[in-house]
Amino acid sequence: MATLTDPPQPSFHFSQLIYDTRYRSLTIQVVAFILIMWGLFELVTNAIQNLSALGKDFDFGFLGNRAGYDINQRLIEYSNDSTHGRAAFVGILNTLLVAFLGCVFATILGVIAGVLRLSKNWIVGRLMTVYVEGFRNIPLLLWIIVIFAVMTEGMPQPRDFRGEDAEASMILGQSVAVTNRGVYIPNVVFTRSLGGNEMSEAADGVPAAVIPAVSFGDWALFLVALIGGIVVSGIIGRWGKAKQEATGIRPPGLFWMRAASVVLPAALVLIALGVTLDYPELRGFNFTGGVHLRNSLIALWFALSLYTGAFIAEIVRAGIMSVSKGQTEASSALGMRASWTMNLVVLPQAMRVIIPPLISQYLNLTKNSSLALAVGYMDVRSTLGGITINQTGRELEGMLLLGAFYLATSLIISAVMNVYNNSVKLKER
Amino acid sequence: MSELHSETALDTAYVRTEMLPEQTPPVTVSGPIKWARENLFSSVWNALMTIISIYVIYVVLVAILPWMLNGIWDAGSLNECREIRDARGGSGEHGHDVACWAVLVDRWDQLMFGFYPSDLYWRPILALALFLTAIAPVLYDSLPRKMLILTALMPFLCFWLLWGGSIWTPIVVALGFVLGWAVVKFGEGTLGSMLATIGAILVPILFWMYLTGPLISGLHSILPIGIQAVESRAFGGFLLAFVIGASGIILSMPLGVILALGRQSDLFIINKCSVIFIEVIRGVPLIVWLFTAQLLLGYFLPPGSNFDLMVRVIIMVTLFSSAYIAEVIRGGLAALPRGQYEGADSLGLNYWQSMQLIILPQALKISIPGIVSSFIGLFKDTVLVVFIGLFDPIGFSNAIRADTDWNGIYWELFIFIGLCFFICCFGMSRYSQYLERKLATDHR
Amino acid sequence: MKKSVFLGTLAIAGAAAGYASAQDGGTLAQVQERGTLNCGVTTGLTGFAAPDANGEWQGFDVGVCRAVAAAVLGDPSAVEFVPTTGQTRFTALASGEIDLLARNTTWTFSRDVDLAFEFVGVNYYDGQGFMVPRELGVSSALELDGATVCIQTGTTTELNLADFFSSNNMSYEPVPIETNAEAQQQYLAGACDVYTTDASGLAATRATFEDPTAHVVLPEIVSKEPLGPLVRHGDNEWGDIVRWTLNALISAEELGVTSANVGEIGGTTENPEIRRLLGTEGELGAMLGLDADWAANAIAAGGNYGELFEGNIGEATPIGLARGLNAQWTDGGLLYSPPFR
Repeated sequence: MATLTDPPQPSFHFSQLIYDTRYRSLTIQVVAFILIMWGLFELVTNAIQNLSALGKDFDFGFLGNRAGYDINQRLIEYSNDSTHGRAAFVGILNTLLVAFLGCVFATILGVIAGVLRLSKNWIVGRLMTVYVEGFRNIPLLLWIIVIFAVMTEGMPQPRDFRGEDAEASMILGQSVAVTNRGVYIPNVVFTRSLGGNEMSEAADGVPAAVIPAVSFGDWALFLVALIGGIVVSGIIGRWGKAKQEATGIRPPGLFWMRAASVVLPAALVLIALGVTLDYPELRGFNFTGGVHLRNSLIALWFALSLYTGAFIAEIVRAGIMSVSKGQTEASSALGMRASWTMNLVVLPQAMRVIIPPLISQYLNLTKNSSLALAVGYMDVRSTLGGITINQTGRELEGMLLLGAFYLATSLIISAVMNVYNNSVKLKER
Repeated sequence: MSELHSETALDTAYVRTEMLPEQTPPVTVSGPIKWARENLFSSVWNALMTIISIYVIYVVLVAILPWMLNGIWDAGSLNECREIRDARGGSGEHGHDVACWAVLVDRWDQLMFGFYPSDLYWRPILALALFLTAIAPVLYDSLPRKMLILTALMPFLCFWLLWGGSIWTPIVVALGFVLGWAVVKFGEGTLGSMLATIGAILVPILFWMYLTGPLISGLHSILPIGIQAVESRAFGGFLLAFVIGASGIILSMPLGVILALGRQSDLFIINKCSVIFIEVIRGVPLIVWLFTAQLLLGYFLPPGSNFDLMVRVIIMVTLFSSAYIAEVIRGGLAALPRGQYEGADSLGLNYWQSMQLIILPQALKISIPGIVSSFIGLFKDTVLVVFIGLFDPIGFSNAIRADTDWNGIYWELFIFIGLCFFICCFGMSRYSQYLERKLATDHR
Repeated sequence: MKKSVFLGTLAIAGAAAGYASAQDGGTLAQVQERGTLNCGVTTGLTGFAAPDANGEWQGFDVGVCRAVAAAVLGDPSAVEFVPTTGQTRFTALASGEIDLLARNTTWTFSRDVDLAFEFVGVNYYDGQGFMVPRELGVSSALELDGATVCIQTGTTTELNLADFFSSNNMSYEPVPIETNAEAQQQYLAGACDVYTTDASGLAATRATFEDPTAHVVLPEIVSKEPLGPLVRHGDNEWGDIVRWTLNALISAEELGVTSANVGEIGGTTENPEIRRLLGTEGELGAMLGLDADWAANAIAAGGNYGELFEGNIGEATPIGLARGLNAQWTDGGLLYSPPFR
């Protein structure tokens, strides 16, 4: 109590670190920091000790060694003589491919199912409820296995296509073959290609590498033409709008001018390159030519999309229900049709509620694509995190790289989607 | 009006004088037909959808129902099933014309309990009953609050029932919590809240690290009460899924609360560490974490130490779900009106007091639906342990198919497993929806 | 709830659920102190290791585990079977989670040297083969150009396959599958033309088909797959025990010691090698640090090598494998145990 009468001391007391709120937070942080650093230090020293006890080192050099195994679906050149690093990269591309396809398809499915679940049609509503609840409440792994099994059991084998009275036949004018090894669709090839065209080689009986082994230059040229056309079309559109606003008269044939400016350059490029379709045909054991979408890809893609679609359907439904009924009634009062009401009034407002949870569903889908190993889809977990680790015994390095890849992907996706989210967010002032 | 009517009635014979008897409405606007018109065929588009839907349902049912309903329940192996089927004359061009449910009868115990000793099945069942009773007061407000004592005891009791061994193990471990509580209770006056809090964390940890082992063995030698110990390797099937899922959620709750508070904290380092932990855990798929538990956790532990695989998986699943729980609770914290925080401050409560007395009780209550959803997700994700060699239901489906008796069986097992998961998860999600509706009205 | 529940759990787990602190002494001392042998097996491979309806593990590899347990602990049932996948098996062994891995693992240079394991012998001489449906009309693996091939991932199989096809200048389409049961399903549905794995696995798989005659195993064996139990490098004492337990099973068959006569033959026979093997003469058990009747226990557990073979995968079982390379050297096979002296 004597301190009360003492003059305030400017000097610093050790006890202030604990009792003075000015310093206390600092103390807590420093203590926490020291504890965390100590924990990390322990982990690292343990790892070093354990590694040396096992006679292992920490070295990423194995990525440069010959892999020795084959990967069926490869978007870039790869053979069993390539390195483990390249195998990992092939896996990364496969993961990204299935994640992208899955996100697109899941969104479409989810929006349709979410809207249909609110349908006035009783049976459709119930059917969508069954779909949503069924997929939400059964583990994804089971769905992947089941869909894979349905496809292998339910589709005809390639050899059923053989012979005069074949049990199965190709659909869409002999261009698409649906088999239990996957779906073969025609591939676009360029007869007057700029670069070396790998597809001609594929026609000699060597099965087509995968999803098209295309020559990069051709597609780049095509894309440039297409984007150029779209830009020109935009310019024409702006010109037309300016003219309409100035004179009140819409320039005649504006739509056709814009359409032509998009289609013509791209079509010219295609004709100049001599575009044709490479149809799949049955040769030997399998179909050759065309693009082979493997069953593992399709099963994983469908399962991921259906599963995530069920979650998105719930999100969409909640989003639509969050738009107040007055909005719907007001738009009906304005004489809008039901479809216009949905597209112009309800969905744009619902989007703000829908987007944030949608982002986390995309993230989930990307992460869930690691279940690929259930169907033997060669994603990054199966190449880098599976066969490579298994053949080289480099668990620590392999798992670290794998974790880093998934983490980076997740962060990038959430960053991109957050930017989008901020752009559609209600601007509050 | 009636006067006029009666007058005109006299000279106009074609006007009726008595009321017509009430007639039933035409069939098209009443009963099932009206319902069908309004709900199924209100427009061309709707009619088309209805017809397509009915066709889809028909095709699916025709494909599945006969196969399921004619299933064979009484056989010792797949070959016996095939013989019975052929004897019935049901053999068609396909291998499986009817389901062979007999595999479920034959392997029921394994699918449910794994290798758990069969004379001890009452223990997991009792533990499940205890678990359900203990979480009931958390889930339903109307139950007496006294039951929360049971909730606090439940983890220790369930642990003891499932793994068995000396009764002193759970008691002594629980004693650690009592010690921590005692430090807060009696130390606050003398030491000040800050030191008391630190003490409440440190004392139990030191107790567990140095005193627990000798105390348990000492007490056990004095008073040996115990039940038969069961290795965690014996756990399997749905028991394994439940144990991993439930312990993951229960153990991750406290960690999740701390992470959520850390993420909301103004303290820079604590905030950033929580964010990094949460984002790293959430950014990487569970299966990679499980492989980490299997392949790498040994590297990071002190040399020579070795947890068994199930404990490693539970540790990993706990860390994993704590990041998700943290996000759920953060949502709950953010949903509280700002006035609650300010009110707590204005009462002069310090941080821990305001959290303990005002903020967390409310935030946790509104987080319960989210926590239940996390649990559903985690429960479904437990099937991933099949990839690291644990025998969850899917793992058993592989092992069963490796037995010569049942090699070649397929759909029956997956349908059964899927159905079990569906029943559990659907029940839980219904509950969470009910709760959401209830909480939604509370806050209006 | 208190903040440190998590750490508390660690403590609980540590106290009760199997925290094995660092111990002096080798694997043998650990196993004897623990009273059980932790043996890594597959999660399920017909004939080699799979749990039956009572939860008892059965199979050829399981027999090796039981024999080692009987030799070391005198009790063939004192085994904890730890199911491992192709991915997790080596880590489980390296980390000390299991004492012995008996999971049809191929003895290769890199596994022995680079991964630092010690293969103690070969309990099954295998080789990678191909199975095709009979209706394809394929009679040689060299006709498989362009075929779709189902393989099990995480094994040497995929490397052998790549080598075989590229050295014969053929192309193929690999379909990697996680488990044998799943691969079998794919193959039967025709999602692949060919199923390749070890010939024993092919035979075992084929035997359980509804119509085994509709499938043929092609004559080419494209690799050498000596499958054997393995232990960690550096603990030679333990390695010796497992090695000589396996040799004891093999010698027992050669010498005519079976599970039926192992009880009395040690006393009645004049053959000094049998007497040394069964511990009625000499000090072999003591040299290993085991009881004198270690080998007798191992043989009594499930029988000698021949009995294990016939009981689990032999011609009398549904799997129906012939002895082939796995016959005794006296019968033209490769099984050749060093002498017990």
